[in-house]
Amino acid sequence: MKRNGIFFWIGAIVFLVAIALMTKLIGNEYPFFAGYVILQFVALAVAWSILGGHAGYVNFGTSASFGMGVYTAVFLFKVAGAPLLVQIAAAAAVGALMGFALGLLTLRMQGIFFSIATIALTIVIETSITNWRYVGGAAGIQLQRPPVTWPFSGYVQMLFFVQAVLVVLAVVVSRYIQNSWIGRGLQALRDDELAAECTGVPTLKLKVLACVISGALMCAAGAPAAMYLQYADPSSAFNLNYSVSVLAMSLIGGTAHWAGPIIGAILLGSTQQLLTVTISSEVNVLVLGVMLVLFVVAAPEGLIGLFRRVRRYRKEGKP
Amino acid sequence: MDLLFDAVVLGVLLGCFYAAVSLGLSVSFGLLDVPHVAHPAFLVLASYAVYVLNEHYGIDPLLAGLLITPFLFVFGLAAYRLYYETFEKRGSDAGVRGIAFFFGIAFIIEVLIILQFGVDQRSVTATYIGKAWRIGDMRIPFRLVVAFAVAAVLTILLSLYLSKTFMGRAIRAVAQDQEALRLMGANPTRIKQWAFGIATAVLGIAGALLIIVAPVDPTLDRAYIGRTFCVVVMAGLGSMTGTLVAAIILGVAETIVLTLFGASWAPAISFAMLLGVLAVRPQGLFGRRS
Repeated sequence: MKRNGIFFWIGAIVFLVAIALMTKLIGNEYPFFAGYVILQFVALAVAWSILGGHAGYVNFGTSASFGMGVYTAVFLFKVAGAPLLVQIAAAAAVGALMGFALGLLTLRMQGIFFSIATIALTIVIETSITNWRYVGGAAGIQLQRPPVTWPFSGYVQMLFFVQAVLVVLAVVVSRYIQNSWIGRGLQALRDDELAAECTGVPTLKLKVLACVISGALMCAAGAPAAMYLQYADPSSAFNLNYSVSVLAMSLIGGTAHWAGPIIGAILLGSTQQLLTVTISSEVNVLVLGVMLVLFVVAAPEGLIGLFRRVRRYRKEGKP
Repeated sequence: MDLLFDAVVLGVLLGCFYAAVSLGLSVSFGLLDVPHVAHPAFLVLASYAVYVLNEHYGIDPLLAGLLITPFLFVFGLAAYRLYYETFEKRGSDAGVRGIAFFFGIAFIIEVLIILQFGVDQRSVTATYIGKAWRIGDMRIPFRLVVAFAVAAVLTILLSLYLSKTFMGRAIRAVAQDQEALRLMGANPTRIKQWAFGIATAVLGIAGALLIIVAPVDPTLDRAYIGRTFCVVVMAGLGSMTGTLVAAIILGVAETIVLTLFGASWAPAISFAMLLGVLAVRPQGLFGRRS
């Protein structure tokens, strides 16, 4: 293992231990409430970038995956009272299946048409769930949290830790993909799909793989949200804001490196939490819009790109 | 059976209205390849402008729509300039970043409207709103008839403009082959900017129709992303007659599903049709690129 790799794994373990310690040491529940949302966005943004960053397919179906995760959890909980881990695993499976379908769509659609199709898919799924009485329909559904399991002191603390594990999982997968043949293949097809196909890159296989992994991770990240809110309704679970937020986070951080979406999600996610608490959720959306436009116009490669440019400039500047 | 017939008649009227709100996108996305997802947000913005003129000055909504048209034209010119300078000039993946850009714009417009007017629905007053035509058992709301007539005139005018005038033909030429146009000594960017201005200007009347047909709220643009893109893609990018036909198909499909299955399925229809068209016949019914 290279030195970089060792550092990465140590970092991941330290992160998880710190999170576990936090759940023990901090008595107040609020930090976990706020932190959970940020972690959730980190997981979603990292998962999104697997397809959106490496392959360059801009997926607006984040809300679809997220919402399906929520509703898979709701359904299993209502049918069998399934425990959280089963909910998450099942959501990942559903997400993988959706990703597979999405991957096949890329056969016929590229660029903006793919993006529009993913928006369409989101609304179609949302409407189907709205019309499904069993899981609450348009009015939504209330959920009663089961008693918390040892070693956690509260349910929110447990969800916080679980989401942190999902974040680590997403980052590990994303990092692996970036450094392996999969990432190189995806980058090749992003630059020129036809040329990649001609030189023997299995483009369809790679695209489907990226869609499946990305979809499964996003769906899994959505699953605990049902228990987090103790409530689910279609119009908030499938809200387009998730898609645009996650897109903005990835673009702000920069998709050229696996760390980009993490930086973007932490930055924008905590800003949004702060604004929601101090001002209002409308201003929150305004900031999202402004940041998105600003970064797309002024720093298309995101913070990672800016950082690299500054470093290159310095290198060239010094003789 | 009667119910179904009513649905078809209403659907045709509604379809013409959809054509009117999609015409601008048919130019900007269909002909110019600008991924203009903020088009419905511009539309809702125009509706609010009409609302203000109607509420405070008592101006007829359609006249108000005409009054704001020049402003929208200038606004469109500026918007395209910004888009061109930041994306098209730089070249690579303009489409992908462009769609993110326009989503940002759409969100900003949405929130600004909410901050100014709140989330409540707004509507306009005019003599023809609220009345209905009765033919036998059928009741046709007068507002839909107005929308139908104005939409038809607007569609005809725009397609005449694109086929008969010098500038209109230049716009279609730029859609066909930008490089060739450049070699002929014309400036494709200027023509595209002009076209985008026209596409935005049309929203004046379209926004007036939107608020005449039904009350408007700030997040209405999300539903119209599906409707307008469905119409434009189904039409085959950039075809004006296609836009009318596709919009009528969408209108009829919506009213039929509404009568048979109820309103809760309504939001999905346009998106489902869009998905179907993209999957089966991406070039649309009257495609320019077959």
